[in-house]
Amino acid sequence: MNNMIDVVNLECDPAELVKADRVHTSLYTDAKLFDAEMEKIFYSTWVWVAHESEIPDAGSYKSTFIGKQPVIAVRDRKKQVNVLLNRCRHRGATVCEHKKGKTNSFVCPYHGWGYALDGSLRGIPHPDSYGECLDKSELPLVSLRTESYAGMIFATFKDDIEPLVDFLGPARKWMDLFMKQGAGYGIKVPGEHRFRFPGNWKIQLENTTDAYHFPLVHKSFLHSVDQQTMDMLDFVDGAGYVEDLGNGHSVMVMIPDLIDLEANLDLPIPTRFESLAQELRDEGIEEQQVRRIVRAVGGSGFNLNLFPNIACSMAFFRVLQPISVNETEIHHSVITMDGGPAVANRYRLRLHEHFQGPMGFGTPDDSEAWERVQKGASAGEDLWIMLNRGLPGEKPSEDGLVSDVSAETGMRAAYQQWKKMMSA
Amino acid sequence: MNLQLLQEVTAFIWAEGDMLDHNEYDTWLALWADKGTYIIPIDPKEEDFENTLNYAYDDAHMRQLRVQRLIGGESISTSPQPRTVRTAANFRVLSEDGDQVRVRCSQHLRDFRKDSLKHYSADLTYDLVRSGDSFQIQRKLIRLINSDDTLAGIGYIL
Repeated sequence: MNNMIDVVNLECDPAELVKADRVHTSLYTDAKLFDAEMEKIFYSTWVWVAHESEIPDAGSYKSTFIGKQPVIAVRDRKKQVNVLLNRCRHRGATVCEHKKGKTNSFVCPYHGWGYALDGSLRGIPHPDSYGECLDKSELPLVSLRTESYAGMIFATFKDDIEPLVDFLGPARKWMDLFMKQGAGYGIKVPGEHRFRFPGNWKIQLENTTDAYHFPLVHKSFLHSVDQQTMDMLDFVDGAGYVEDLGNGHSVMVMIPDLIDLEANLDLPIPTRFESLAQELRDEGIEEQQVRRIVRAVGGSGFNLNLFPNIACSMAFFRVLQPISVNETEIHHSVITMDGGPAVANRYRLRLHEHFQGPMGFGTPDDSEAWERVQKGASAGEDLWIMLNRGLPGEKPSEDGLVSDVSAETGMRAAYQQWKKMMSA
Repeated sequence: MNLQLLQEVTAFIWAEGDMLDHNEYDTWLALWADKGTYIIPIDPKEEDFENTLNYAYDDAHMRQLRVQRLIGGESISTSPQPRTVRTAANFRVLSEDGDQVRVRCSQHLRDFRKDSLKHYSADLTYDLVRSGDSFQIQRKLIRLINSDDTLAGIGYIL
């Protein structure tokens, strides 16, 4: 067949597997590539670990993963955020098994080694047997380089890569816009839906910048909302666009009117939010702020994909965690207004439940489609995944490249970054 | 122990489960009080369901939409529709106050769809209100024992 790749090359040259308009099926199916991705991508770049609201106080922590490695994001007594490898320096046991919580220290359950919130080793039971052969200052929990932007905390194993703000580049202005969903109260992440699907992590990465699937896969969801919302979500032939923002990041603008949630607040309030607006007015909130809150509750009109593992997706954070070449865990973290009106936050929670999660009206259908991709990709191992949609209309933009809303520009951006990192 | 009441609520909940296993959704919808809520929380210790994130927090409107989605044939995750068999046991009346009864039971549910057989165990707590010679559901609370683990898509009503 045409485009057949010499099998010998599969292991040694990932660059051959990514073309300008397509990627090779082995990117979904090759376990050796998956192992290489952990090393060359997840352990070599900035990976999102938490939103600052998830660890608000001294001692607040969250355990999570960077690639396959368990880590703890924890705020210490000086309010600094530390991202620590979740592994005792004695014999390797995890020191934290809870997903979230608050603590004064991390104590290994095996022999009782105790670590402070900044990872330093503080206590060792029965130390006499060590004599002079153990120096506590040499055995802290391994602490990763940690930086944050707009409340989003990232960590990396690499001390020599660019600062986070440079890695994010033009994506930063979209993060700032996304955070307007705080409506002046600030953003809070009070929970998430967690689920797994039997498929490669990049299938999900693509999906966050895929407007093309929406009217088909989410037909049952679209038929569960009012006509006005359905019209708003009818964006595939609309004025939206996808923009490559560099470093694998991209933004897909589905509803241009909802890029800046604080612009044009005088526009009519959508019918579905009228009763919420009235309840807010009844609480004595002034009209402009009512409109700002209502706008925030509805969510942003874009998905910002940040390579490799996080997206600011309309009204929630989408986090992906690779488990194996054919299994991926996804978290859809709900966003509320920190200290905002309870009635508005409730609306927000119900909207999230409506679409997201294992019993949502959207997620299970996405999940089914991704599963089908993984299943189908086991056929025709010399075939390619096509990513050429929107190429003819693609043009240079201020920040990179731009094409129509259902273009595969964002996927091409991610795979070019994949190629660059995997070839390094 | 009020064995007659225990028998009445047991019969009601068994019938409810049977309706769901046999896709009798209109009959199922009619079991509910107008303001009834169907809740599947995430955090096993959560009590404030309204102000937290759940898997489902359905009022009458959402229940209707959920049924429509399951039978509408437009959702690729529910066609083919999953088949389910559920067993409810260990019924215990927690409280009785006039027309109001709170009853708890355990539920084991097996679902099969395509090539996969799954198992969900849950504690169910029903708030029932007497209605004629039967009951209406004011609240059905489903606490999955693995609610805080990762779940796969659930394309039916628990």
